Amino acid sequence: MCLAIPAKVVSVKEDKARVDFGEGVLREVNVALVNAKIGDYVLVHAGYAIQVLDEKEALETIRLWNEILEAETVQK
Amino acid sequence: MAEKLRFRDPDLAKRIAEKIHEVAPKEGAVKICHVCGTHEWTITHFGIRSLLPENVEVIAGPGCPVCVTPASEVDEAVQIALKGVAVTGFGDVLRVPGSKMSLLDAKAEGAEVRVVYSVSDAIRIAEKEPNKEFAFFAIGFETTAPSTAVEILNKPPENFSFLVSHRLIPPAMKMLVEMKDLNLNGFIAPGHVSTIIGLKPYEIFPKIYGMPTVIAGFEPLDVLFAIYMILKQLREGKPRLENEYTRAVRWEGNTKAQELMQKVFDVTDGGWRGIGSIPLSKYRLRDEFEKHDAHLKHDVKVEHGVDIQHGCRCHLVIIGKIKPTECPLFMKACTPQKPVGACMVSIEGTCRIWVKTINRVDK
Repeated sequence: MCLAIPAKVVSVKEDKARVDFGEGVLREVNVALVNAKIGDYVLVHAGYAIQVLDEKEALETIRLWNEILEAETVQK
Repeated sequence: MAEKLRFRDPDLAKRIAEKIHEVAPKEGAVKICHVCGTHEWTITHFGIRSLLPENVEVIAGPGCPVCVTPASEVDEAVQIALKGVAVTGFGDVLRVPGSKMSLLDAKAEGAEVRVVYSVSDAIRIAEKEPNKEFAFFAIGFETTAPSTAVEILNKPPENFSFLVSHRLIPPAMKMLVEMKDLNLNGFIAPGHVSTIIGLKPYEIFPKIYGMPTVIAGFEPLDVLFAIYMILKQLREGKPRLENEYTRAVRWEGNTKAQELMQKVFDVTDGGWRGIGSIPLSKYRLRDEFEKHDAHLKHDVKVEHGVDIQHGCRCHLVIIGKIKPTECPLFMKACTPQKPVGACMVSIEGTCRIWVKTINRVDK
């Protein structure tokens, strides 16, 4: 129920956006809850975008994981 | 997101698992609780429990909205449907048992019951048939409630009303942590609920209850890393609130969604299936929106329902007190084809998730 899937915003018109879930088919979702721009990745839950994903943070998370694991291995 | 697959990098997973073994206490049990059906799916599907030390257990709390919807509210939806109102709702909720029947049983008796993907789809259907009454069964946690708020503020059509049944997660977590015999040591907080509510509502868990609390995403590495972060906090003896899911969850949450929900809903005590009433855990429509309330419009009110059928252990599975395999009905009298309890109905129910994985392992 709380499943939310990332999708890329292709066009925005008022509260509606056409998004690509990566399957090549564009779907319409409601973007009233977020400030989504073309090119953003949004998290879509039951037809509504609930948050704009932060691509930099996504990369940062993976970098941090590696860094923490490395740093703590060195400390040993 | 192009980098998405790296969240499933097996080498990184192996290294995190090794770290988990390093930081986990050598003696004494650690019990970590999550409260999200999607987390349970990730944990079960990717076999995360098998990577953990024997004394570290991850249990599933009440994180399946369909499962926690009490029978009394299903009964109200059934009564409305039997009065000739077309009831719409998300797939699983139509199968969840009421005291005597589910919405699908009502459909078999001639009532009109339709599955929709979203509340906006439900409204579109109602707009096409203006001479028919429609009611939308609005279940779900804070992730879903904003979409209901959006549509209520958008002035839905006259022939459309809402059975608001939304529940809030932090009050349920408070109930769990206060159950002394559950002996919890940490929380994995639900990522998508948190995209809406942000971090603040969880502050009480480390501050008042000394519980390490980590908001996690839904890739296997997200969950593994959250478990590592909790164990590290326990080892340091410094419980705190941390956000592992920074790519989707901001400290303040989705303030636009929060404002809309505040406009539309009041918070009240609410019944959870098999658990009972949890203080301040339910949204109800504010009085100014009562004309959209299906209870009032169609004159239904069910105070008490039969939440748990004879022999069913859903009430214990739902708070992580027992595993699905410890229920005597599991995969005997209770199967996905003929579910007895709500935990076997929903694709986010712990029993249903375990069946799928057990079948996969057997093959």
